[in-house]
Amino acid sequence: MSKVRVLVGTRKGAFILSSDGNRKDWQVSGPHFPGWEIYHMKGSPVDPERIYASQSSGWFGQILQRSDDGGKTWAPPGGEAIPTPGPPKPISNRFAYDVSAETGAPLTTHMWYDGTQHPWEFKRVWHLEPSLTDANVVYAGVEDAGLFRSTDGAASWQELSGLRGHGTGPKWQPGAGGMCLHTILLDPSNPDRIYIAISAAGAFRTDNGGKSWKPINKGLVSDFMPNPTAEVGHCVHQVAMHPSRPDTLFMQKHWHVMRSDNAGDNWTKISGNLPTDFGFVIDVHAHEPETLYVVPIKSDSLHFPIDGKLQVHRSRTGGNEWEPLTNGLPQKDCYVNVLRDAMSVDSLDDCGIYFGTTGGQVYCSPNGGDNWKPIVHDLPAVLSVEVQTLP
Amino acid sequence: MIRVQIPYHLRCLARVEGEVTLDVPAPVTIRTVLDALEARYPMLAGTVRDHDTQRRRPFLRFFACEEDISLESPDTPLPDPIVQGREPLLIIGAIAGG
Repeated sequence: MSKVRVLVGTRKGAFILSSDGNRKDWQVSGPHFPGWEIYHMKGSPVDPERIYASQSSGWFGQILQRSDDGGKTWAPPGGEAIPTPGPPKPISNRFAYDVSAETGAPLTTHMWYDGTQHPWEFKRVWHLEPSLTDANVVYAGVEDAGLFRSTDGAASWQELSGLRGHGTGPKWQPGAGGMCLHTILLDPSNPDRIYIAISAAGAFRTDNGGKSWKPINKGLVSDFMPNPTAEVGHCVHQVAMHPSRPDTLFMQKHWHVMRSDNAGDNWTKISGNLPTDFGFVIDVHAHEPETLYVVPIKSDSLHFPIDGKLQVHRSRTGGNEWEPLTNGLPQKDCYVNVLRDAMSVDSLDDCGIYFGTTGGQVYCSPNGGDNWKPIVHDLPAVLSVEVQTLP
Repeated sequence: MIRVQIPYHLRCLARVEGEVTLDVPAPVTIRTVLDALEARYPMLAGTVRDHDTQRRRPFLRFFACEEDISLESPDTPLPDPIVQGREPLLIIGAIAGG
């Protein structure tokens, strides 16, 4: 029988939740890296036992961790306990923006909260996206916004500086959580195409493996901006894609749920009958590319569900027509948030949907959203949820 | 041998318990102690000082013989009790964040 492994990053460590395909009885492993913020963990599609984790702290900075046994043991790549003599070793937690004359881009400034220009400074890794074809290749989306790639299993990192340097950087600005590159989508049909999204700059696409990038924000409207339809500056919260239709993208923006059917060249609003179209997460059913999930959040001023009722909303029509899913979710006195990387799906026959909350709950629906049950309910605030479907 | 006390989270990261002892060639300074610490425990590189600027991370402080030496030059020689191993160099995380 197939199994699932849920990788949960929290404010105070990482947890791994495991079950067989019934998804009823769960084993909880952790906390791994107790006391550290784990912004994201993700397993390699090529080798599911290979898992990457972003571990960070306001005191000690960024650490990268890697497991080669499905999360049982971890180590910083290249950081062996007793180094052997020889040439300098790669450094797995060094994210240096590439400003070299040969390959890099000038380290310009970006817009600060007050509209002044501010130097680019590395703060942390928000998202790790392992390659679809090589377990040693992994991408990292970082704050201040930049995209890095490792080809040696996260032992060393090189920036894909064409993104930061393509020209609109001085107009990018941090959202409330920082100027983070939080979404990385690899096109399974085209190894040269990558989508990324930045809060608050917008979505971008490369068609040449990361050398050059273009903003893909036509159709987005952000009323907080002086020019609501500007090329960049939009606060994109998350973008999702079904692997069978990589030209179709779904976006949860600061306000508005959006859809593109031409690889991001144009977007249309699909908020439809949602009770609010503010939110952070968005995801797609594993077997139904027109079935979407969002968690409506009351507003950007009040980061909690409407009327204390936690609801996932599902659209089976690719947007516009949404239905609330509440069975098993708290329907009173619930004031948690669901952060942008905290929803995921498994690929079992009956698709499982998972999300984590800032209240420390991780919910699972083993039947596409019809019924929900907490796997755990007292973890630290959940930052990210990723699911691995294992043979 | 130079004795160094590092914060709990860095001890966990380096998988050590208690004080760290290091061979540090003269002159013994903050810089040479951190060079030796990072050479012995590569996973600590970047956690006490920035990889590139070499500046102390802002929420960490250095104490020697009950004196805060965080703001001194990293090339200032450390006091004799530290050099002779009679006192540890303390690397302390700021009490902040709850």
